[in-house]
Order: sequence, then structure tokens, then C-alpha cells
Amino acid sequence: MKQAVRQQIVISGVGGQGVLFVTRLIAESAINNGFRVLASEAHGMAQRGGTVVSHLKVGEFESPLIRPLAADGLLALKADIPDAHLLFMGPDAWAVVNSLAPVDLDSGKRGQQPAAVYHYDCDGLAADIGNVKSANLVLLGVAIAGMSHGDKIDTPLFCSIDDIRHVLFERFSQNKKILDVSVRALEAGYDRFKSMRKRP
Amino acid sequence: MSNLGLISCPRLFLYKPGLRLVSAGFFISGSVGGIMEQSVLMLGNEAIARGLYECGCAVATAYPGTPSSEILSSVASIIKQEPGQMHVQWAVNEKVAFEIAYAAAITGLRAAVSMKQVGLNVASDPLMSAAYMGTKGGFVIVSADDPGPHSSQTEQDSRLSAMAAKIPVLDPDSPDQAKKMIKLAFELSERYEIPVMLRPTTRVCHSRQDIPAGAPSTDHRKPGFEKDPARWAATPKFRFHLHRELENKLVDIALDADTAPRNITRGKDSKRAVVVSGVAAAHAKEIVSELGLMDAVSLYQVLQPFPLHTEFRDRLLDTYEDILVIEETTGVIEMQLAERSRVKGKVSGFVPRVGELLPEAIQNLIETFAGIDVTSYEKATPGGRRPTLCAGCPHRASFFAIKKASPKGIYTSDIGCYTLGLNMGAVDTVLCMGAAVGQAAGFYHAYRNEDNRPDIIATIGDSTFFHAGIPPLIDAVVQNIPFVLVILDNRTTAMTGNQPTPATGVGATGEKTAMVDIASLVKGCGVNHVKTGDPYCLDEFIPMLKEAVAFSKANGPAVVIARHPCILYRSGEKAGGKPREVEITESCDGCAYCITHFECPALVLDEESERVAVDRALCTGCGVCFHVCPKNSIQERK
Repeated sequence: MKQAVRQQIVISGVGGQGVLFVTRLIAESAINNGFRVLASEAHGMAQRGGTVVSHLKVGEFESPLIRPLAADGLLALKADIPDAHLLFMGPDAWAVVNSLAPVDLDSGKRGQQPAAVYHYDCDGLAADIGNVKSANLVLLGVAIAGMSHGDKIDTPLFCSIDDIRHVLFERFSQNKKILDVSVRALEAGYDRFKSMRKRP
Repeated sequence: MSNLGLISCPRLFLYKPGLRLVSAGFFISGSVGGIMEQSVLMLGNEAIARGLYECGCAVATAYPGTPSSEILSSVASIIKQEPGQMHVQWAVNEKVAFEIAYAAAITGLRAAVSMKQVGLNVASDPLMSAAYMGTKGGFVIVSADDPGPHSSQTEQDSRLSAMAAKIPVLDPDSPDQAKKMIKLAFELSERYEIPVMLRPTTRVCHSRQDIPAGAPSTDHRKPGFEKDPARWAATPKFRFHLHRELENKLVDIALDADTAPRNITRGKDSKRAVVVSGVAAAHAKEIVSELGLMDAVSLYQVLQPFPLHTEFRDRLLDTYEDILVIEETTGVIEMQLAERSRVKGKVSGFVPRVGELLPEAIQNLIETFAGIDVTSYEKATPGGRRPTLCAGCPHRASFFAIKKASPKGIYTSDIGCYTLGLNMGAVDTVLCMGAAVGQAAGFYHAYRNEDNRPDIIATIGDSTFFHAGIPPLIDAVVQNIPFVLVILDNRTTAMTGNQPTPATGVGATGEKTAMVDIASLVKGCGVNHVKTGDPYCLDEFIPMLKEAVAFSKANGPAVVIARHPCILYRSGEKAGGKPREVEITESCDGCAYCITHFECPALVLDEESERVAVDRALCTGCGVCFHVCPKNSIQERK
């Protein structure tokens, strides 16, 4: 069993991008690692293309919601991150953003740059591998790759690429096609980001 | 238990409704009293469903509504995997759902009905009466509230309805507690022969947590309805006696140890107490601990806000000088505490009366109450995207056609995805389930003496029409109201997650059911002009609407059934037709007419080129937008 963790992650995007799916994958990997989990989701009207945010708390917590300035990390499926989602980030938080161009999270009310910001064109890569809807898994791959990049991050995302792969295998054991597409997207994000970072 | 050949796991299992329990393949040292439990990731609504299943609930009914919908669909998923004797069904509306489950309960079986808070309004007629008559088998009403509101017309507090009906209500703080409270609710219901309400809120329904999944009940009861007209068909004289019995039950329930408030922290002095319930309790427990106030304030969690335990109430008022009550969304606990001068809460105005109590707000309330520094949080500038109809949604085509057929009409509408037609200016009113039809009649009467009477076009979804649209349609036929009712028939209850409608022919567990044909039903109500069309075929659909408007003006009600399956309802009726590739031609000058009037998320204004572009990730290839551009710049790529 791994060391006990306590971390709070905000996952931001718009309806239809798979925010809830990413949240569940990370939550299930937490349970697999023996951690307690509380996650809060947006359903119903909020899902119809509107802004969606989910909160994920891993470790010993009571409340399903993250307070402003308390999140350890932010996964953003849209580069255009609403102010309300940025305000969750704590002073030493990391952020991983689906964006072709570098993102400036310093602007607006937050008033300080996160400890580490990784951006990657997940939509572009998802299109390259032939499944435009899999940008969420590409982003998760990028995030996991980013955590091992060497920046000083106080609370890096707890799960490994193997953890997520394992959850996908469990979920889609009956549907090889979806499994293959999902694992490919996850690994593509992870591998491309790693190799991109290795270049001088 | 594991079908995957992984390491067999004593505690950690992943639970997915509709799938088996899957071993996660890790050991952890989490045994409770020597008995290993299986922990699985459950949505709050799944936890409630699991609770119903484990408690031997024999009949479970519901009408879908956010945030309650996944309760019944999760029950259905469980019994598909672990078949039993349980009857699970979506009912046509909450009132009917209530009556079905209640009748089963008075035969001695356990039964439950679930709905959202505004659904409880629809079921309030049987609720008020069932409280008097009571029950034999456990009867649990799950009414999910939506502080915020996130997906509702109101922020009403179902606990107030429990209070009005005079039945006990339990207020869970988490998915885990919601599951435990289902058991408590059944026990309480049987102990006092009274319906019991469980009132979860959005943050309980739509949170996920690792929760132990237990075995189902082995108590297989037989129904035994004992005829007792003085109770089950009571006349007013007997109702008086039933009312007195009900009051006596409440006195005992307010003394029951099982539902008594819990003391979370005991402050060293006896000055300040914080009383919390529901998810506000979860937030408060974390906040009091993080602020280091464990010794400074006494924290109490109320499990049963009504009736408030009398001993607790008296002890609280005898012991503490200053009392803060934090609850959603109305001051139900607070109202039951006398000596208001010492109580701060919703009624006193100390706690905001409107909106969800987010943890940062609760933190500020507790800081102020405890007399410590108040953390200041930046207020976010409003931003983000508003919800919109999906790319390829047939409702968008219907609304576009309605605006073409009757550009200056009054558009009454209803509850569902199609409420979002308001983004297109095609929805003017949304009141409650079924009101599109009743309000259409009201608008006609309001304008009946004017020279220029506006066209009146009502839109209502298929499920909403069955739920509450039929009585007002009959009324409109009787009064001969000149209006057009467009029934947006997408073959499903889309907004809440694609539950079947009476026209779908499929039940909650996927079983075949009889189908009710909407056109025949409308004709049976006495409507003489009933046409069915596919809104995707705008060339035919717009003239069909124009014809209906002309008919209604001369002859009274006309109905057009806009039939095209929801794009999210994959397992249902196939939409037919190949996806068509959309091309924006050189002639696009970026006027954004399509974006303003059609609002398809797949059509985006490219700021650099100042022209419209197609988001290929979202476009479904429905081809409806080929009709939209005034310059004909949106075309099919050949």
C-alpha cells in the first residue's frame, strides 16, 4: 500500500468533454490504491454544453466540495478557464491545460502563477489518433507525464499511468474497442508530452 | 466475486451499476470487527439505490428529475445483475409513482418512491393524506432538493413539505450516510407505521464516495392487505382520529434514540453551539477541525430535522447562550427552536436564505460566530458558458422552424432540455410541468378582446406531455383555444438521462412494455388537427407548422408532433440518414446570424479569420444548418 495521500483536484471543462469520466477514472484509481474518495459532479442542465466542474478529494475528508485556494491541482479541458475555477487553486497548485498556446493563469483575480503549468494541444493529438472525443484521456496522460517532469510540485497527482490503465482495463473489459481507443489516447498524451519535454 | 482473475480482494471492489462487482486487486488492512467489507465507488444516488436493495424494498417507483434520477436507474441496474422479486418502474408522474409504491407498502411490503423537490409538489396530494393513514410495511419517500439551484425551478426545501405533512424527514450529509439512512427510514417507518422522507441534496446525490456494499435482505415478505375502511378509506370523521394518532406518533418519534442528533465536538465552555444538518454538516465538520475550533464550539449534527428531538432542543436551549444553525435551504431546525434571541440562522438572517451554502460561506459563518478572523475569499467574476442544446439536437430544428412559421408569436414552453430554446428566443415562458398548455390558453384569453391577437405556439416534450400536459390539452379542446401545441417527441426523457417515456415501449430494466401512441392520445383528447413531422426535414416541417397555425386560427387547437430521436439516446429508435459533412463556403462574411439564431455549439466564430468554422468534434452531421445561412454559406461538402 502506498503512503497515505490527501489531495484536492479541480477538473474543469464544458459539457460533453468527458469531465465526469476523467473524475471517475482518477477516483477509481484512488480506491484501488486504498485511499478514501469524495468527488462532486455536475449533472442535468449544467451538462448541456455549459461549463462543468468536478471536485475530487482523495484522502480523509468530510465535505465533497473544495474551497477556494485549497486545490492542489487543476485539470482544464478548455483553455478558456472560468475565473471561478481558477480561484480554487492554492498557492502551490499545478495546472494542466488543454491548449495549443501557453496559458497565463496569473491574470485575473488569482494574482499569482501556479507552481507548475503544463499545456498541450490535447484536441489536436486526439484528432491525430482518430478520436476527437478522447482529448480528456490525452489530457490525463499529459498530466501524469507532467508530474514526473522534475518541477518542484508539493502535491503531485497521486496516480500513475499504470493505475489509470488498470482502471480502464477493469471498466472496459467487455468492450475491447473502447478499451483500445481509451488506452491509446491516454498513452499518446503521456508519451508525446514526455518526449516533447526531453527535447533540448 | 472476481470474474477477472485478479487477486481476490477482501475489501476494495469497484461498483458499477449494471456491471458486476469487480475486484480491484489490492489488499488493504481495513477490516471492521473481523468482517471484511467491500468498498466500492458509488454515486450518492447509487448508494440510496443500494440501500433500498439491501433493505428488501419490494416496489420502487420514480419519475426522473435532477438530482434524483439515478436512484431508480441504479436500482434497475442492480436487479438486472442480481435478480430478485423487486418491481422497479418509471411512472408517468410523481403522483402516480407515489400511489403505486404506497399501495404496496400498506400490504406490508417495503416500498419507496423517489423524485426531485418540485416532483414532490406533484405528489403532495397523496403525501398529505398518506401521512394520516400511515403504513404497514416501510414506506420511504426520497425527495432530492437542489440548493443553488443547479437544475431546478426552485430552491424549495422538501423538509418543509415533510413538516406540512407531519412525517419525519432524515437529512443525509454524504452518500455513505444516505445509504445508512435508508435502513433507518424503513425501520422508523415500520416502528411508527408512518411514511418517512429521506431528503438528500444535489451534493449528496451527485457526490461519489467509497462505500461498503452489503448483501440483500433475506426477509422475503408476502403481501397481506388487511381491509380497514376506517383507515384506508377514512371519511372526515375518521380522519380526525387519524390526525390525532399522527400527532401522537410524532411525539414518540421526537424521542427515538436511533435518530437523535449527534454530538461531533464538545467545546470547553458552554457558550456557543453550532447545529448542522445535511451536506452543511459535512462542510462544517471539516471546517471546524481545520480552523482548530474543536475546543471552542460544540458541534451537533441533526439527522432528523423534523420532528426535532425534544430532549435535544431543551438541552440546547438550556446549555448554550449562542446557537448557530446551518441547514439547507430553509430554517426548518431553527424554526423548532424557541427563544429566537439566542438562535442565529436562516430565519434570523445570519445565514443567507438564498442560494447554496458553499463550504467557504459556511467557513465565514463559523468564523464570525466563533469570533475569530474571517477569511476573505475573492468573488469570481461570472463567466463560463451557458448551457445549450446539443449539436444535432432535433429541438433546435423545431425551434428554428417555429420562429420561421410564426416569428411574432408568444412561445409558451415547459420543463426539459427544450427549455434551452430560450437561447434562440423561441421560449418565452417556463413555469412548471405541463404549464406550456395551460399558459397558452391563458394568453389567448388575455388577448381575446384585442384586434391583433398574437399567434400562440406551445412547446412541450413527450415525457412532460404525458406527465402533466394531457389535462390542460383537454381543457383547451373544451374551450376551443386557437393555439398550436408542438410536442417535441424525441422518444425519451432526455434532460434527466434518457429514461423511457410511455411511448418508448421499454421499462426501467430494459424490459418490453406496452406503448402509448402520442398522436392517438391527442386525437382522443378531441384535437382535430394532428400532424407528425421530422424537424430535421425543415423543407417539410416549416410548412407543416404554418398550416397548423392557419388551422388553429380558424378552428381551435392544432397539434404538431415533432418526431426525431434524441442524439444522446443511442439505444433507441435510429435517426436514419448518413451524417452529412458541413462546409462553410468562401461567401461567409462572419455576420454570425447562424450563431445568434441557430446557436449550434458546432458552429463557432473564428476570431482570426472573422468567419464561421465547424467544430468537427461536436458536429453530428445532421445537416439542419444548411437551411440557416441567409447567404447560403453553410453547405454540404459533396
